[in-house]
Amino acid sequence: MVKKVLAKTYIYLVLLLMYVPILVLIAYSFTTTSQIGQWNGIFTMKLYADLFKNNDIMVALGNTIILAVISAAVSTLLGTIGAIGTYYANKKTRAVIENINQIPVVNAEIVIALSLTFVFVVMGQYLFRAQIFSFWTLLIGHVVLSAPFVYLNVKPKLQQLDPSLYEAALDLGASPRRALRKVMVPQLMPGIISGFMLSISLSLDDFIVTAFTRGPGLLSGNESIQTLSTYIQSVIKKKSIPIELRALTTLIFISVIIVAVLVTFYNNKQLHRIKRRKGREY
Amino acid sequence: MRFRFQRKYLCIPYALFLILFVILPILMIVYYAFTDTSGNFTFEAFISFFSSTSKLNVLVNSLMFSILNTLICLAIGYPLAYLLANKKYNRNAVLVMLFVTPMWINFVLRTWATRDVLTWIGISGGTHPYLATMIGLVYNYLPFVVLPLYTTMLKLDQSQIEAAINLGCNRVQVFTKSIIPQSIPGIVSASMMVFMPTMSSYVISDVLSEGKVTLFGNSIYLSFSNSQWGQGSFMAMLMLVIIGISMLLTRNFTEKEDNGRVSKW
Repeated sequence: MVKKVLAKTYIYLVLLLMYVPILVLIAYSFTTTSQIGQWNGIFTMKLYADLFKNNDIMVALGNTIILAVISAAVSTLLGTIGAIGTYYANKKTRAVIENINQIPVVNAEIVIALSLTFVFVVMGQYLFRAQIFSFWTLLIGHVVLSAPFVYLNVKPKLQQLDPSLYEAALDLGASPRRALRKVMVPQLMPGIISGFMLSISLSLDDFIVTAFTRGPGLLSGNESIQTLSTYIQSVIKKKSIPIELRALTTLIFISVIIVAVLVTFYNNKQLHRIKRRKGREY
Repeated sequence: MRFRFQRKYLCIPYALFLILFVILPILMIVYYAFTDTSGNFTFEAFISFFSSTSKLNVLVNSLMFSILNTLICLAIGYPLAYLLANKKYNRNAVLVMLFVTPMWINFVLRTWATRDVLTWIGISGGTHPYLATMIGLVYNYLPFVVLPLYTTMLKLDQSQIEAAINLGCNRVQVFTKSIIPQSIPGIVSASMMVFMPTMSSYVISDVLSEGKVTLFGNSIYLSFSNSQWGQGSFMAMLMLVIIGISMLLTRNFTEKEDNGRVSKW
């Protein structure tokens, strides 16, 4: 009994400590004091109204979301196609691609960022004869970051695949392309979706690769693309943090919690369904 | 001859992508690390790195921070994962998820929140840069430790633990002789999730210490923004070498672990 109480205390204490900074920020999002720790006693939703009027934050938020969705879509397509192709390639090719794929996974983000920047600079100098830093370089940076993870998410699903289904589709007259689209891809879907989700979260969270590879474009127009990470980092440096960011943190926190709970419930349901199906078969 | 579609051709675009944006960039780093501005071969970056005490200091500093961060995260995360995996204390998956969700909030935002709260309780970057950075690092990397440890703990062979108890092991012996050896793969992968990223982290030390603590990541960033490409590349290459070595070490380690298990049966 005592053990149980101690165990639960430990779990919840660590949990609480982990959430303290965010919870404090959320509490202070309902007041307009400029300094955390000095509650000026007024409960207000003003920061939430101001948040949507702050052009800089809205541009950064918009850029972040657009970039996350596009880069996740590209990474998912590239990673999935790559995983399928590699799985059916000969042994040597597979080993080589698999090993190279592992490099960005274990590599430090700053090394990825720096090395890509070199490539872009040199390409701009000798190939395009112009500065090429733009949305496209940023996109490539984020795809390098996340495509290998899509690959790793799709690979186990390929190993579980029943090879006779694809052959059956071919025997029944489907073209290889059609069989791929209609038979294989649906079976790989869980892996593809988790790869997509992971890509989104990697892109949303990235700072260093963005800071190195970005150029003008998207909602920032002729200026360097600001994502939330780079925007916040720049205002922190200048010590002129708009207090509306507290309201933004609260909203992000709430949406993350909602998504997380939904995902957990969905996973649990899948698990139950698999269990039930197994129970029927055996 | 007509082109016939085969599934293996699908790896071509991905292979090209990897060559162009993974292999080529790394070759460029090696190239810039050993050439000067006019393209001649030189050991200058190598020599100036190992003869500069401030650069070596940064290396030692980052290593210390990484080791300490890994140890603290393991010390907090190991018991946590053990308890979370025990059905007696934790019956729902939602709790585990709550430990991982902070990862999904933008980490610059989180770092900012941590800084404000730390400043509030008197540990600001101005007065305690090392402590503030350490706390920020632990905050950021704890979720990365909890997840791999938790999945290992779920797979613990309970019958082996019971057998150890029945054969007369006391609690400490059960822990050191059964639970720890069984969870070593989890410990290794958790450490890898913390150690390397800590060394190369940029934002956390930059924000929380107000620029007073320079980790390897900050150093690379700085030399790049000062357009010292040679220096930056050399440090990036050093980072790659360290990553490569630790990958090899842990790979050997886990393989041995597997072989040991096979031979036992």
